[in-house]
Amino acid sequence: MKQIKVVHYLNQFFAQIGGEEKADIPPESKSGPVGPGMAFKGAFGDAAEIVATVACGDSYFNENPDVALAAILDMIASFEPDIVVCGPAFNAGRYGVACGAVATGVREKLNIPAITGMYVENPGVDLYKQSVHIVSTKDNAAGMRDAVALMVPLALKLARGEEIGTSAEEGYIPMGIRKNFFDKKRGSRRAVDMLLKKMAGEPYETEFPMPDFDRVVPNPAVKDISKAKIALVTSGGIVPKGNPDRIESSSASKYGKYDLEGIRDLDAQTYETAHGGYDPVYANEDADRVLPVDILREFEKEGKIGSLSRYFYSTVGNGTAVASAKKYARAIGEELVADGVDAVILTST
Amino acid sequence: MVKEIERAGIPVVHMCTVVPISMTVGANRIVPTVAIPYPLGNPASTPDEEKELRRKLLDKTLDALSTEVEDQTVFE
Repeated sequence: MKQIKVVHYLNQFFAQIGGEEKADIPPESKSGPVGPGMAFKGAFGDAAEIVATVACGDSYFNENPDVALAAILDMIASFEPDIVVCGPAFNAGRYGVACGAVATGVREKLNIPAITGMYVENPGVDLYKQSVHIVSTKDNAAGMRDAVALMVPLALKLARGEEIGTSAEEGYIPMGIRKNFFDKKRGSRRAVDMLLKKMAGEPYETEFPMPDFDRVVPNPAVKDISKAKIALVTSGGIVPKGNPDRIESSSASKYGKYDLEGIRDLDAQTYETAHGGYDPVYANEDADRVLPVDILREFEKEGKIGSLSRYFYSTVGNGTAVASAKKYARAIGEELVADGVDAVILTST
Repeated sequence: MVKEIERAGIPVVHMCTVVPISMTVGANRIVPTVAIPYPLGNPASTPDEEKELRRKLLDKTLDALSTEVEDQTVFE
């Protein structure tokens, strides 16, 4: 059998170019496998060869998605692969978006099969699960071995044009495609079996999980913004210098509430970011770049807004579980209501 | 986070650079910003220009808060 040609897409970190300080690099390519490519190479054995690795900085990709994707697709096309493997991205949000966009672009624009892997809460999942196979991974790189074990067989099947099993069999995140088949037991029997298990408190598996459309209806607009009390909230990790609550740089276990009384401007001596998922240089120089206290104070003085609420709330949105973010925001929301806040500006990095 | 605060009954504007992520997390009023490490700034310009940029983005944010929306809306 002809050896399958693979191109691997990675971010700057996994391609061993650098950390957040290199997240703004444009796409580049190298021949052969790099970083996690070595694990894929081992698992592919003689069946497939990673001919090249294409890498791009996560911030560059997300800030210039159209330009970056076009350049990446050109590079990938030049290697004439049979399959493109992206990531896996685990719970890295920008990386997940990039992997999903590259895999989708490869499929739709180059007509070449592609696959990626992510943790189910990665924002790239919701964006791209219907257009590409996304293998379900752990939320961090400790899950690399398991991810490779699922991605390699699926990649080989896709490259060979073989039939792909169900999401449960192959380990990818359901794509929302329904396929008809004849079951040995008829529907009424299966339904009664399920009901009996449910009544007995035993575990059972639904045949059709209800989609989770959790949307909140927009609140009415602020009637008179010049009288409104506005609060600042951020997931960009802005904290008083020294990070007094020790908010973690990733997977934050808490949020902080900080007093802005008498503060007109955030500067390098008094504020910094605790966030470990973006280059902190710019926020540490001037935290107003993430949390715009200086201009809101001017607006307050000019009467453009009623007032800036006394406290701001901050956490680090970097690999933080959705359940944690929900919990923090619910608590923050209650306090904001109690403080009579009329509107919130929430900034994210 | 945007969704839970909105659920508490307060209108929220989400200021962020990666708009598709903001859409998937369910923000209703979205103002796109400059760059991931400096959403409301630009280290390449002078401090005065930077403040002017921030002021413009926040003007847009106040407009977004004053505008009735029925669905997720991006204020370009």
